[in-house]
Amino acid sequence: MTSDKFISIEGIAKRYDGARSTTIFENLWLAMARGEFVCVIGHSGCGKTTVLNILAGLDVPSEGAVIVDGQAIEGPSLDRAVIFQSHALLPWRTVLGNVAYAVSSKWRKWDRAKVKAHALKYIELVGLGGSEHKRPSELSGGMKQRVGIARALSITPKIMLMDEPFSALDALTRGTLQDEVRRICVETGQTVFMITHDVDEAIYLADKIVLMTNGPGAVLAEIVENPLPKDRLRGDLHRHPLYYALRNHIIDFLVSRSKTFTAETPEHDPRKVAVVKIGRTEPIIVASKPAESDAPQALAR
Amino acid sequence: MIASLRLRAAVVSIVLLAVFLGAWHLATRSTGTAANMSPEYAKLMGMTATQGKSAMPGPLDVGAKLWEHLRRPFYDNGPNDKGLGIQLAFSLGRVMLGYLIAVAIAIPLGFLIGMSPLMSKALDPFIQILKPISPLAWMPLALYTIKDSSLSAIFVIFICSVWPMLINTAFGVASVRKEWINVARTLEVGNFRRAFTVILPAAAPTILTGMRISIGIAWLVIVAAEMLVGGTGIGYFVWNEWNNLSITNVIIAILLIGLVGMVLDQILARVSRLVTFPE
Repeated sequence: MTSDKFISIEGIAKRYDGARSTTIFENLWLAMARGEFVCVIGHSGCGKTTVLNILAGLDVPSEGAVIVDGQAIEGPSLDRAVIFQSHALLPWRTVLGNVAYAVSSKWRKWDRAKVKAHALKYIELVGLGGSEHKRPSELSGGMKQRVGIARALSITPKIMLMDEPFSALDALTRGTLQDEVRRICVETGQTVFMITHDVDEAIYLADKIVLMTNGPGAVLAEIVENPLPKDRLRGDLHRHPLYYALRNHIIDFLVSRSKTFTAETPEHDPRKVAVVKIGRTEPIIVASKPAESDAPQALAR
Repeated sequence: MIASLRLRAAVVSIVLLAVFLGAWHLATRSTGTAANMSPEYAKLMGMTATQGKSAMPGPLDVGAKLWEHLRRPFYDNGPNDKGLGIQLAFSLGRVMLGYLIAVAIAIPLGFLIGMSPLMSKALDPFIQILKPISPLAWMPLALYTIKDSSLSAIFVIFICSVWPMLINTAFGVASVRKEWINVARTLEVGNFRRAFTVILPAAAPTILTGMRISIGIAWLVIVAAEMLVGGTGIGYFVWNEWNNLSITNVIIAILLIGLVGMVLDQILARVSRLVTFPE
């Protein structure tokens, strides 16, 4: 793991001008390292999706900038793949057609056979081999989201952005897909920025969990480092000594502190969001130094 | 049960047709020779008076005449006596030409309106005013400016079929799901390719619906337009046969207009099914 700021969100704000202009969030700072899996948790309406859309280049911040791999974001890019909550497959194309559309958009000069072979590789990867000629309407919700994942992976992006990708799925399917995403991300060392409502999903998948307070005027309250080992297994999660401390900390935040955080913590500096390391008894809150984002891995073991 | 429902519906259709034809036959049959009429007077009066025959032809008369037409659909005995096939071909030719010009203008313009909120707002008052004008109201203006009756008929077809296509294309393009556009944007698909690979397929069912409404209107209007313009076409045929007092031919023409209209509609329904996607 490197400690470079692969993604750096630098003081972004989003405001909507109207009769009364509302500030969804402002002065938001966050750095992510290459290969890191970051989950953002917060209540609806706090601006999580707006942050993701800004990262994707689909939305423009009112202030500030986002720098990815040394370059400021100016619009959408094939380097950043988005997995949409509603899967957003093109219903008139088959599974293969949907993935091939992405592949041929990335590599314009490839011939048909090469595009097809590449697309099929990723359809196999998400476990949909044999269904490539089906249309989205013939697939279940979980299979559709698999196609969305295959489409995002097929363009070999530098970053994957996921907007509550599993929230529309039933619990069983969600679990299976989480396993798949985890396997693929660990294997490929993918950098992932994911939005979720689901605490257990965040604990299972993320290296760092970012807690966001309620909007309007939402802030990033804490960055919680996941103390569970990188090679965690779903079945063993709850046996880890720090699992409940971690889970309780996040739930406490969602239930009460997300509302009161701003009032209770006037000294909160959005440029130096506190990094929380879950200890065996009480969580210890330590102020992070500005460029510190490499500590978590050492502590995770 | 689906096959049996279709079968039962077919049986009911046939029964209804038989009842209609039977009633028609009974209503128009001869009621017997009139008594006490001098032969010379009878000659003057014709069958209507002498045999109680209705002036309205019966189904058998129409059937016989239809058979005659079907055997010789393409004869041409000068301007006032052409086969029904030739007349229909003239009408279809005008409809197709006017309709295709309308497609060529309405679909690109509809795309522009659908993609640009500015153009949509700017052109809206014009469309709202022009749309409800009866296409035949354009006829004198068309005749005066174009100075050719046949071209005027084509213009009238164009002007009546352009609106449903224009409005449906604009609506279809404007209501393409944002997430599909976002997919194309995140894949860095250029505007031109996006229009053909995302917007066109997504809006195609709506556009086809507009085209289907348009062809129906065009076929309705051509008959009226040809009655005014004269010369050739199925509309002219109807008016000419009315002047000839040949109700049989008028009924045959009505039947054929209905059949051709149905075929046109079915063709577009087929195409529409090809571009429709289930979600």
